[in-house]
Parts: sequence; structure tokens; C-alpha cells
Amino acid sequence: MDTLGYLAHGFAVAFTPTNLLWCLLGTTLGTAIGVLPGLGPALTIALLLPITYQVAPEASFILFAGIYYGAMYGGSTTSILLNTPGESATIVTALEGNRMARSGRGGAALATSAIGSFVAGTIGTLGVAFLAPIVVKLALAFGPAEYFSLMVLAFITVSAVLGSSSVRGLTSLFVGFVIGMIGVDLQTGQPRFTFGMGELLDGVDVIIVAVGLFAVGETLYVASRRYAGKDEIVPLRGSLYMTASEWARSWKPWLRGAAIGFPIGALPAGGAEIPTFLSYAIEKKLSKHKEEFGTVGAIEGVAGPEAANNASAAGVLVPMLTLGLPTSATAAIMLSAFQSYGINPGPLLLTTQANLVWGLIASLFIANVILVILNLPLIGLWVRLLKIPAPQLYAGILVFATVGTYGISQSPIDLIILYLLGAAGFLMRRFDFPTAPVIIGMILGPLAETQFRRAMTIANGDWTVFYRHPLSLTLLTLAFIGLVGPHIWAWIERRRTRGPEHVPGDA
Amino acid sequence: MLNRRRFLSTTAAGFAALHFGPAFAQDAPQIQIFVPAAPGGGWDQTARTIDQVLRSEKLISGSQITNVGGAGGTVGLPQFVNQWKGKGNALMVAGMVMVGAIIANKAANNLTEVTPIARLTGEFEALVVPAASPFKTANDFVAALKADPTKVPVAGGSAGGSDHILFGLIAKTAGVPAANLSYVPFAGGGEALSALLGNQVAAGISGYGEFSEQVKAGALRLLAISSDKRQEGIDAPTLKEAGIDVELFNWRGVFAPPGVSDEDKAAMIKMVETMAKSEAWATECKNRNWTPILLTGDDYAKFVAEDTTRIGAILKDLGLA
Repeated sequence: MDTLGYLAHGFAVAFTPTNLLWCLLGTTLGTAIGVLPGLGPALTIALLLPITYQVAPEASFILFAGIYYGAMYGGSTTSILLNTPGESATIVTALEGNRMARSGRGGAALATSAIGSFVAGTIGTLGVAFLAPIVVKLALAFGPAEYFSLMVLAFITVSAVLGSSSVRGLTSLFVGFVIGMIGVDLQTGQPRFTFGMGELLDGVDVIIVAVGLFAVGETLYVASRRYAGKDEIVPLRGSLYMTASEWARSWKPWLRGAAIGFPIGALPAGGAEIPTFLSYAIEKKLSKHKEEFGTVGAIEGVAGPEAANNASAAGVLVPMLTLGLPTSATAAIMLSAFQSYGINPGPLLLTTQANLVWGLIASLFIANVILVILNLPLIGLWVRLLKIPAPQLYAGILVFATVGTYGISQSPIDLIILYLLGAAGFLMRRFDFPTAPVIIGMILGPLAETQFRRAMTIANGDWTVFYRHPLSLTLLTLAFIGLVGPHIWAWIERRRTRGPEHVPGDA
Repeated sequence: MLNRRRFLSTTAAGFAALHFGPAFAQDAPQIQIFVPAAPGGGWDQTARTIDQVLRSEKLISGSQITNVGGAGGTVGLPQFVNQWKGKGNALMVAGMVMVGAIIANKAANNLTEVTPIARLTGEFEALVVPAASPFKTANDFVAALKADPTKVPVAGGSAGGSDHILFGLIAKTAGVPAANLSYVPFAGGGEALSALLGNQVAAGISGYGEFSEQVKAGALRLLAISSDKRQEGIDAPTLKEAGIDVELFNWRGVFAPPGVSDEDKAAMIKMVETMAKSEAWATECKNRNWTPILLTGDDYAKFVAEDTTRIGAILKDLGLA
């Protein structure tokens, strides 16, 4: 049977009334837990694992797939409306999405994120169905040296989000590095920056940092300015959904986001956050409306990252289904669900469990359709949240952020960290330091460090490994072009417009 | 504060227990299981399997699982020691990883403070190489290690974990100084596997279950396993058979809190023993690649003490303690 035959068979498995109901339940539950910060898809699926004792394998995987995709949809809702990211993959969405919400375009931000998620999720799922064997070969060629070079490229690219002052941006980035380093060092097992506190040995959860800096910091800032009579939330302006020009500005970012998200998601150490950073940076570069970034909110900055995180969620399934490699927490727990059915996930999964795998892939398509149907009408309801007067709304955000953080590990230490970071976020906002680079530094810094040290250990301290590997060299070259390219281009432009005789120092 | 905290955390755990339905008023007791790790990991799966089998064997009428994760169990342990003291119906799941974490993190509490009930399962480790590797046997690997350990990068789990410990033990037996080893730690099983499949490292050490499917598919070659004897259906010698005098099980077991009465302790041991000898437990172990290595009461306490000494010594050699 060819791929299409398998897929048709998969749809036959997924299209039974019971399995459709499981899918509906999963997507609804996924959307709900995506909305709550703290409760992620990995934890939810872990808590639901006991149902594997009661129901057929197809049904439980369809449920889990629905939860997984649903969480990606739901996570963006709170990012946009409340500046409180529910998942680490939707942190970037908050940057422009929340600005849009506060300038009256919350409906459009939610719509572009739902439709973008649908488009990218569908492209990503098609990728899983048709490209998995090829993509996985590329993914395995990625060793520590290649990952480090990818991180270098990511650092260069995301310098776009550092804000107007690079000194302030870099300061924030380095604060992120330090927070990211807290905990036991994976390479040597030694604790760093834990101050003897056992609770800090596993590091600080990125969600707590994002919620603390964005939501709590923002709330404190608004409270401090309350009597200045500014910063009122603007009620919905224009159409509830997207206007024609917003459609025109969204479709290319969706496709680019999907193209970035899927392959990086398929990399064993790629993750869902890096593609959202890259997509945001690229959309900011390419946008014709740069002035809207960071002010009233640019729709491209929501459409791209949202598409990227959903495509990467599909990408994660590539190594899981083709090789049995769990490359995210959610995938690892889904694999342990396979084991409770006595199915050993591995390279033979596709051939020995074709029914199950293709049923799962088909249900991903169905989950996507259900999710967009479920989410679009909800937008009307969600944007009403923004009509709540500021004091009540921000009090609600604070309660929501606190409960969500407590939900992550039921640790009071996490709450203390949340409020310390909230205070830091307030001061950063007050003195005009951008907060997004903290998150970027916290995610990329430790990744770059780990991969660098792994590469050096494997190469026995030989630096040349970073340019001896062709793939690594290519990535470094791209990074170099990204770094000096714009300057050279600007210099050429200057020469062309002013004419050679006016260029100073060109003697 | 304490009560509210307990209340909230058990409510979260109770979410998973919802499908238990109303408890029948029987003689079977209600128990509480404490998991010093987040949901989803090895200890959590052990706890949920124990819970499942105990209920299907009608040994308990209901149970409640509490997760307090972090730092190899050393965040949860103090809570179990202090706040669960004297609870006769409580069990904590722990294992070799916690022994290592207590030593490496210089934790304030250790396993001599809790009441050993039973060692239940072990996962033996496997030494594998990529299919294209020149190493055909475990001896080839050790020979290369002796020649120049820096040229043999080995992938495994986090520094100081069971994989790293086994690598240290192998090197020690071969007379290679632990400080010269080139160990490449990976956070998740998937990442270590992809480094092996992509030929990024010379060899890999992890629980056999992590590699079994890749070995069956021919993508990895199994050189040796760390169990005490040959395993049915696994075509590889033990390390001992290959001339490397090392045996290691990443064991998991259960402990009662400190200060439980002798009757409670005896009842708990009896219950866990009955469970471990049931057919349902044997099936679960088989599905999950767990080797049943039952050991109870005082023998178990003695084993934990010996393992603590052995692990402490090797962690010192590896520069982690």
C-alpha cells in the first residue's frame, strides 16, 4: 500500500463515531489546558495515562493527539488577551498579539492565530504523512556541532527583537542567560546559582519567567499608572474577524512559519520555541509595517510564530513515529502510553502498527478541522474579556497567573519567584528595558552552552569541528551573512544614493 | 499553610484518580502513594502500575497518588520524611537514582530515615554501538577505552545518573582513570538515541528498554547488558560473561515513612509481596521491560546500604561527590 492508501485507511479508523467523539473531547480539553498556564499537554496526558487500561489504543491516541494540538491553539488565547502565555511555544505570540488586543484588534489576532494554526498544522501533518522518512534522515545528521551553529544563527536572527537600544536589549538577554543557568549543570552534575535551595536544582520554569515578566510586571505597571488616566483598554475596533488587508498580510507569514516550524520541530533537540523566535524575527524584517511592531501590534508577528509553533508540533511527531524517538516531554509520555499497550515504539512502529499510526495521523487532520471550528466562534466570547474594566481585568490576570504557576509543581517557592520576577518586570518596564530578550536568553543560552560543550567533548577539545562539518559550516556562514549582510547592504545603498565622492573616510 | 498545601497537591493528584469510582466499604485498606517525581517518569509509572495492580488484585479499595518532583527526588524526600511521618498506609516510590542524587546534591535527608518495604523492579543497562561501529564485542570497546579513553565518547543520561555510574564502573574494572572518560550526557532518552543513530558518538549506555527496538531493527548493536544473568530473548552476553566484572540494576522500590508501627510495616510488606507475586504484576513488568527483583524488609535495607556505599565510591571517582 502506498502512503495515500494508508492515509485513506487511517481516515477509516478515525472516522468512527466513537473515535470522532474522543477527538472532540481531546481538542476541547487541549484548548482548555492550553489556556491555563501551568497545565501543559505533557502533564495532562500523564494524568490521563490510566485510561489506557480501559480503552482501545486507537481511541486513546486520538484523544492524546487532540490534547496535543488543542494546547497549541489554546496557549495563544491567553498570550493575546492577557499577556499570560499558557505554553512556552506561545510566548512570542504575546509580543505582538497583546499589543493588537490593546489597540482594539484582539479579534483579528485571535483569528489569524487560529487560522494560521490550522493552515500550518495541516501542512505539518501532511509533512508527517509524506515527508517523514526524508526529514528524519536530515534530523539525524544534526549533531551537537550543528545544533550549536543553529543556535548561533538563532542568536543573530533574534537580535531583531532586542528593541531600539542594543545595550538595553543585551542586558536583558544576559539576565536571561543567568536565569537559564540556574540548576544542576547537565554536563557535570554541579549545582549553579541555586544558593543551596533544593527547589532550584531543576532550574526555573520558563513559563514562570514569562508569566512573571509579562503578566505580573505589566499588572504592576498598569497599577502604578492608574491615576495618570492612561493605558485604558480600547474596546473592539472594526470587524470582529480579519479585514481583507489583514488576510493579505497574514497568509505569507503562515506559510513561512510552517516552513520554519516543521523541520526544526522534527530535529531531536529543535523544540517549539526556536522556530517561533526565528519566524518573529523574519516577519519583522520582511514586514512593510515595521512601525506597528511593538506599538499597536503587527499581525505578521502573530501569524508567523503561531503557524511556526503548530507546524513544529507536527514536526515532533516525525522522529517519534518513524524511529520511536521521543523529542519532547509530550512525545515521551505518548511513547510510554504505547508501552502500556505492550506496543514497543521503535523504527518498526510504522510497519507493525500501521493501523494505529495512520489512524493517529488521520485524526490529527480531523483535530485540526475541529479546532478551527471550535475556536473561531469562541473569539467573539474571548474578546468580551477585554471589555472588563482595567482594575478587575488586571486583578483577574494576577489571580490567573498565580493559580497557574502554583499548578506547575505546587511549590510555594515558584510563587515567590513569580512575584520577584514580576517586580523585576515592573522595573524593566519602568526603565524601558525590553523583557522578551530575557526569555530568549533563557531558552537559547543553556541550549547553546550544552550543545557547545557536547560538541567539544565528542571532538576531544578540537575547535575545528564547527567548520569541518559541512552542515555546521553552512549554518555558520548563514549566521555570518545575517550579521554583516545588512551592514554591507546599507553601505552599498549609501554609496549608491550619495555617490562615491561623498563617502567619508573612503580615501 | 501546611494543610492547604497538602490539600491542593492531593486534589491535583486526585484528578487522575477520578475513575476509581466510589470506594466499596471492604476490609481492603485505602493507601497513599508518594512519588518524588513529576508525572510521566519511571517512578510515576511504577506508582501508577502498583496502584493499578493492587486494585485489580483487590488488595486495596482505593488510593491517592501525590507527586512532588524535583532534583532526582531530593525535593520530595524531606516532605515524605517530615510531613508523612508515622502514616501506616503510605508508600514512597524511589530507587537507585535517588541514592545517587542524595550523594551528588549533598541532600539533608537520606534513605536510612525511611522504612524499607520492598525492592520491586530493576532495569538493567545496555552497552550499545551504532551498526557501523568497528566495535564488535564489549572487549573491543574496553580495549579502545584502555588505548585512549578521550577517543571513545559515550552517550548516556545526566551526569551522575545510572548510565554515568555504569560507565564509571566499567572503566574502573578496566583500570582506566574515571577522570579521563569522555562522557556526553543527554537530558532525554530520545536525544541520546539520535546521537547514536547519527553516529555522533562511539557508544551509548542506557536502560535496555531505551535501545531494545533499535537493536531489533538492526540500527544499533548490543554489546553487553548489566544484568546478573543472561536474559531470555536478548542475544548478548552480560558484562560479567564478557570479562568485565560489573553488575548493575537501576532498581526501583517502595518505602514507608519513618516511625510506622511494626504491625503496619509487616502488613505493608505482606501486601506488596502478594502484589509482586501476582500474574497481573508479571504481565505489567513484561510489557515495560522491567525485571522483577523482589527483595523485602531487612534484606532490602541491607541492599540499600550496600548500594549507597558502592555508588558513593564511584561518584567520588567521577568527581561528583
